Amino acid sequence: MLEKSIQELAKGLRNKEFSSVELTKSYLSRIEALDKSINSFITVASDQALASAAIADETIANGTPNLWTGIPFAHKDIFCTDGLLTTCGSKMLHNFEPPYNATVAQKFIDAGAVCLGKTNMDEFAMGSTNENSFFGKVVNPWSETNELVPGGSSGGSAAAVAARLAPVATGTDTGGSIRQPAAFCGLTGLKPTYGRVSRYGMIAFASSLDQGGPMAKSAEDCAAMLQLMAGHDAKDSTSIEKEVPDYLAALTGDVSGLKIGLPKEYFNEHLNDDIAKVLQDAIKVLESKGVEFKEVSLPNSHLGVPAYYVIAPAEASANLSRFDGARYGYRCENPRDLMDMYMRSRSEGFGDEVKRRIIVGTYALSAGYYDAYYNKAMQVRRLIKNDFETAFKEVDFILGPTTPSPAFGAGEKGDDPVQMYLEDIYTITANLAGIPAMSMPAGSVNGLPCGVQLLGNYFDEARMLNVAHSYQQETDWHTHKPKNSLTEL
Amino acid sequence: MQWETVIGLEVHVQLATKSKIFSGSSTAFGADANTQASAVDLALPGTLPVPNEQAFRYATMFGLAIDAEINQRSVFERKNYFYPDLPKGYQTTQLDAPIVGPGNVEITLSDGRKKNVRIHHAHLEEDAGKSLHEDYHGMSGIDLNRAGTPLIEIVSEPDMRTAEEAVAFAKALHSLVTSLGICDGEMSQGSMRFDVNISVRPMGTEELGTRTETKNLNSFRFMERAIALEVERQIDVIEEGGEIVQETRLYDGDKDVARSMRSKEEANDYRYFPCPDLLPVVLTDEYIDEIRKEMPELPSARKERFMTELGLSDYDAGIISAEAGLANTFETSAKISGDAKLSANWILGEFSARLNAEDLSAAHAPISAEALGQLVLRVKDNTLSSSSAKKVFEKLWSQSSQASSDVDKIIESEGLKQVSDTGALEQMVDDVLAGMADQIAQYKEADDKKRKKLMGGFMGPLMKASKGQGNPKLFNEILQKKLND
Repeated sequence: MLEKSIQELAKGLRNKEFSSVELTKSYLSRIEALDKSINSFITVASDQALASAAIADETIANGTPNLWTGIPFAHKDIFCTDGLLTTCGSKMLHNFEPPYNATVAQKFIDAGAVCLGKTNMDEFAMGSTNENSFFGKVVNPWSETNELVPGGSSGGSAAAVAARLAPVATGTDTGGSIRQPAAFCGLTGLKPTYGRVSRYGMIAFASSLDQGGPMAKSAEDCAAMLQLMAGHDAKDSTSIEKEVPDYLAALTGDVSGLKIGLPKEYFNEHLNDDIAKVLQDAIKVLESKGVEFKEVSLPNSHLGVPAYYVIAPAEASANLSRFDGARYGYRCENPRDLMDMYMRSRSEGFGDEVKRRIIVGTYALSAGYYDAYYNKAMQVRRLIKNDFETAFKEVDFILGPTTPSPAFGAGEKGDDPVQMYLEDIYTITANLAGIPAMSMPAGSVNGLPCGVQLLGNYFDEARMLNVAHSYQQETDWHTHKPKNSLTEL
Repeated sequence: MQWETVIGLEVHVQLATKSKIFSGSSTAFGADANTQASAVDLALPGTLPVPNEQAFRYATMFGLAIDAEINQRSVFERKNYFYPDLPKGYQTTQLDAPIVGPGNVEITLSDGRKKNVRIHHAHLEEDAGKSLHEDYHGMSGIDLNRAGTPLIEIVSEPDMRTAEEAVAFAKALHSLVTSLGICDGEMSQGSMRFDVNISVRPMGTEELGTRTETKNLNSFRFMERAIALEVERQIDVIEEGGEIVQETRLYDGDKDVARSMRSKEEANDYRYFPCPDLLPVVLTDEYIDEIRKEMPELPSARKERFMTELGLSDYDAGIISAEAGLANTFETSAKISGDAKLSANWILGEFSARLNAEDLSAAHAPISAEALGQLVLRVKDNTLSSSSAKKVFEKLWSQSSQASSDVDKIIESEGLKQVSDTGALEQMVDDVLAGMADQIAQYKEADDKKRKKLMGGFMGPLMKASKGQGNPKLFNEILQKKLND
């Protein structure tokens, strides 16, 4: 049952092979047994989940279910859920129960899906290892003797799905936060086009880059999730009014005649040999399906990381100003006066990486530095966008690595934030350009999953999912899962 | 030395939209604290702003009214600073791409001189909440009802040279925004607030002196006083060999003193940058043309019409047209009564006096324009004497609701109908004169000048006999006739 797709689970529920309550209970008991070691959930909503499951079973009995009725899933703890603790991985929000649902959360509720709980994440989505959570680090279920990071910031969602603690989970991606943990945990994860999925109720890190998306075992499940998550939202002025295609119907498996570009800036001496090998194999598979490959150039891609680490912290420095101890969330004890309340609430409520980025962003926007940093970074951003637009005149998609390496050990990157930021080197440009991109498992390096990345043109998610689906029809990397003491009952 | 004062204004105008600029909460004034603050206004995590189209419409109307260019692509920026009444930690405002570009406002001074004040620009932004520093045992209370109320901030060029000019400009703006219907103009509720930039320089020189900014003046009188005080202070400082420090000052109207709030060195670095939650708003030519077609009459055009079509004097037309509420009341009243001049007299007399005494605007007067028109009509057709009319006016003013203000019913129930039946009046005169032989004799002996005085002695008893309802004009005519016979 743990390996079934969303469509298979829905079929099983409709055919009364199992009930939603049974399904939900089986996941809740796995979470209870296994998550003490993995720590992928911040909040497990057992009672609420079982109540939703019971309602779903009634709906199914009445004969009016949809695809998602009674299907369990988990939300990254960045999506506001009415009356359910929403922490964003931070002490600052350790006690925050939103009085409203994020639009994405509401869509899952309306569809009758069963939320198992809220998954762990790097604080305010800032991090690539999930070591920056106030609620403790998350362990990659693929860890054997050496404890590995699951990636971040959606590390809890990735670990939960990889350990089969949830069939699928939502994530958010500001610089790679869906794709990198998907790659580290052997999942398929998609960052949609900016504006495709509503950001309302999704706690902001960098507003112009943040985008919610699916994390699942397969492209097919990602398509089912995106179907639910996508769409214009009047509450989000940056969401785009554009019809949502039928993503599942687009999964024909036919990719013949498609052109995929291989950026020469990715396939160079810096590319990890093992990952280069994985990419070559993936190219062969797709070629056998009739895909044509050609070299393209993204000449400004090396500027992505520095530009991103100006723009994202700049936006974050303003987005996180609302956490001031005045209205909700953490407030220091016995503040002497207003300034003391601000300074101590924020000093005590935020972790180091969050503070680092607030300081960097504040600096980049300061009088006298704005032109040199923020404006320059915005110029680079336009160049990167132009690079992709030029490339997509010649090819349908771009293929490259998701990460510089497979999952690494906890604490391995030490205290060097720049080393950590370079983790995002292949993923960041999609956020800067606003294009959709996804990671899918395509091989194994030293027993660890390894992802490859597809980048597509604006709103080309349906065709992109079909490329991944076509690949997954030919290969079984997406079915590999960790089997060890972390994941076996 | 002779000094010249240079004044520029920044005016915050609350737009009269029903809901806030980026949320659906009501903007109504006076609700219980924090009852008009939604998740967006409280800046709960994950909430996002959605622009209110009406705010753009109103700002565009203002731009068209001052002949300004409308920036068709307007961008919002975040102005970052921490304060408890600013829930997001930044104010959403416009910097490089304000919706209204340069324009002009003409002011008229007391000596009849006209002057043009240039508008640098006007931009859209959100208002902050309010900090309440009393009644919280040493802590501050925060009311976020006002947070997110749409504002336009109108920034003038430093074109004013006296407090009178500054006040005339402020009044001209008040007149303009209330006539456009884009602001209720309620200064006491903070609907219009003025920041005044003041500097002085030796008369005849070009270079501007260092300026100070006196913030948040919310009455014309306070503005005049604050300017007078600041100009005096600056001249004193310079004449004593000191230098003016660029600073923000606060004027306390109750104590009539001003103090420094912060100097330039202490000023915030606001770290403006484009708000990534809001896309640039693009106003099409069609949108602007549609607004242009629907523009209401501006005060200057209205004044002209009151003079040419309704025969008001330049002075009366000027005062009435300056305030939209007053002008609307006048027009309705003139239409019902059929007498523009008499309506104007009532509007500028009794009506304005009571508004001023109670610090009300015409729109909030307890007397409806219709009732006032009815009252004027009853004066015009001699149903009411002027003293009875004042009684009816009082009655109307104290009615609990405008709905119960039927002028004819009040006249009826209060017995205020003027008696103009000459037969009845003549009888009353005969009756009264019958008991006043001494006074009649005195009158007959007196000269013209003295006779005029003595008339009062007959009118008093006559009005009393008629219970105040006798038409005094007719009484006077009958008396004259009888006494002079």
